[in-house]
Amino acid sequence: MTTATTTVAVIDYGMGNLHSVAKALEHANAHAKILVTSDKQQIANADRVLLPGVGSMRDCMGEMERLDLIDTIKQAVATKPFLGICIGMQALMAHSAENDGVNCLNIIPGEVERFADNLSDPLCGTGTDNHLKIPHMGWNQVNQQIKHPLWKNIPQNQRFYFVHSYFVVPQSPEPVAGSTVYGHPVCVALAQDNVFATQFHPEKSADAGLQLFANFIDWDGTYNDDCCS
Amino acid sequence: MALAKRIIPCLDVDKGRVVKGVQFVDIRDAGDPVEVARRYNSEGADELTFLDITATHEGRDTIVHVVEQVAGEIFIPLTVGGGIRTVEDVRMMLNAGADKVAINSAAVANPEFVREAAEKFGNQCIVVAIDAKQVAGKTDDQPPRWEIFTHGGRKPTGIDAIEWSKKMVAYGAGELLVTSMDNDGVKDGFDLPLTRLISDNVAVPVIASGGVGNLDHLAEGVIEGHADAVLAASIFHFAEYSIGEAKRHMSDKGIEMRL
Repeated sequence: MTTATTTVAVIDYGMGNLHSVAKALEHANAHAKILVTSDKQQIANADRVLLPGVGSMRDCMGEMERLDLIDTIKQAVATKPFLGICIGMQALMAHSAENDGVNCLNIIPGEVERFADNLSDPLCGTGTDNHLKIPHMGWNQVNQQIKHPLWKNIPQNQRFYFVHSYFVVPQSPEPVAGSTVYGHPVCVALAQDNVFATQFHPEKSADAGLQLFANFIDWDGTYNDDCCS
Repeated sequence: MALAKRIIPCLDVDKGRVVKGVQFVDIRDAGDPVEVARRYNSEGADELTFLDITATHEGRDTIVHVVEQVAGEIFIPLTVGGGIRTVEDVRMMLNAGADKVAINSAAVANPEFVREAAEKFGNQCIVVAIDAKQVAGKTDDQPPRWEIFTHGGRKPTGIDAIEWSKKMVAYGAGELLVTSMDNDGVKDGFDLPLTRLISDNVAVPVIASGGVGNLDHLAEGVIEGHADAVLAASIFHFAEYSIGEAKRHMSDKGIEMRL
């Protein structure tokens, strides 16, 4: 539990509006200091770091490079509680199929793939063949695959808000912290040491999302399987 | 485990105030968009849409403040429509806290605008609003078709609604908001054949709009219209039904909902 004010750096690399992320963090914990920043020193000095993102992977990696943030992000990943959201999760993988192929940060081994055009599901598809729309847009259930401090006080199979056409495929099942089903099982949360990442948008997922943000602000960056019950 | 269909209440905003006020006993100011948004959020709305109907140019920047205020305390997706004509308009709304913008007549006037906006900001935040009216087939033995209308349904464009939907998706629309100008305000239900024809012909999610008078209409929009989300204004504004009631009703009909 943090007693002194904790600082959260929300990395601003020009990808979409960070207003909601910052406001939701402030809402989740009124004592935390939230900095929306692309300043390397501020990111390095922050107690925890959040990598958000919307848009395409090429633009995302391109902007990180242009702003010379790659090393700063890798340093944060190695040393402090770190949360990636949406593209910010996908960027942690080795490589993405988006934009004809983009190399990513390679922090978690694995690929980012696109949903196939011919997915179907009798429960949520539309049309006579129950075909699934792309992007996967709306509220889907998240099955927690591990116990983790970021899942604290969040019920199993809670719904979160998604909007994405690409999804992560980690090389091993080890870092999978949560999954959903959209035509097939999809990894939607990753946990590795002090890093956590979600494909869904906590900042758009009402109370459950605020709870996850509150958990992140409280997190000391460690976890093991019997950390929380 | 499955993706839920969405219910989206729509708030008409004129000069920063909600019009067609909400008649809830426990709401202090039915014209305050933040209060109304708060109410809908607590009832379980899956998203919110603000339609700016301000006629004058000077009144328009008030919608930006509305979005800023709502986005500052309601953490569900927000869409803003009405008068979005330039890339700068899109940027302004997204920076204010909107997650998506709905582009309507500007898409008809200049389809390239949709492409430009989608390339700049991503398909996921570009909703193209499609206002369609049924017109007779060219000859008596041809089936009826639907045409795009502008200016609140007064001005025909000659554009076929199905072809237009496909084109807008090809140009980068991440979602389509389909409004039947025949049914809008009539409370007789969505135009189900129109909604279904568009939904079955595009890969992106479709929101059905226009004509909801009761809860069965919402369920029909999904089951028969193949819509991924349903939008309604007046049945929620006038507290005929709560969003919670609507969701339970749809769930009872076998539709996957976030309850």
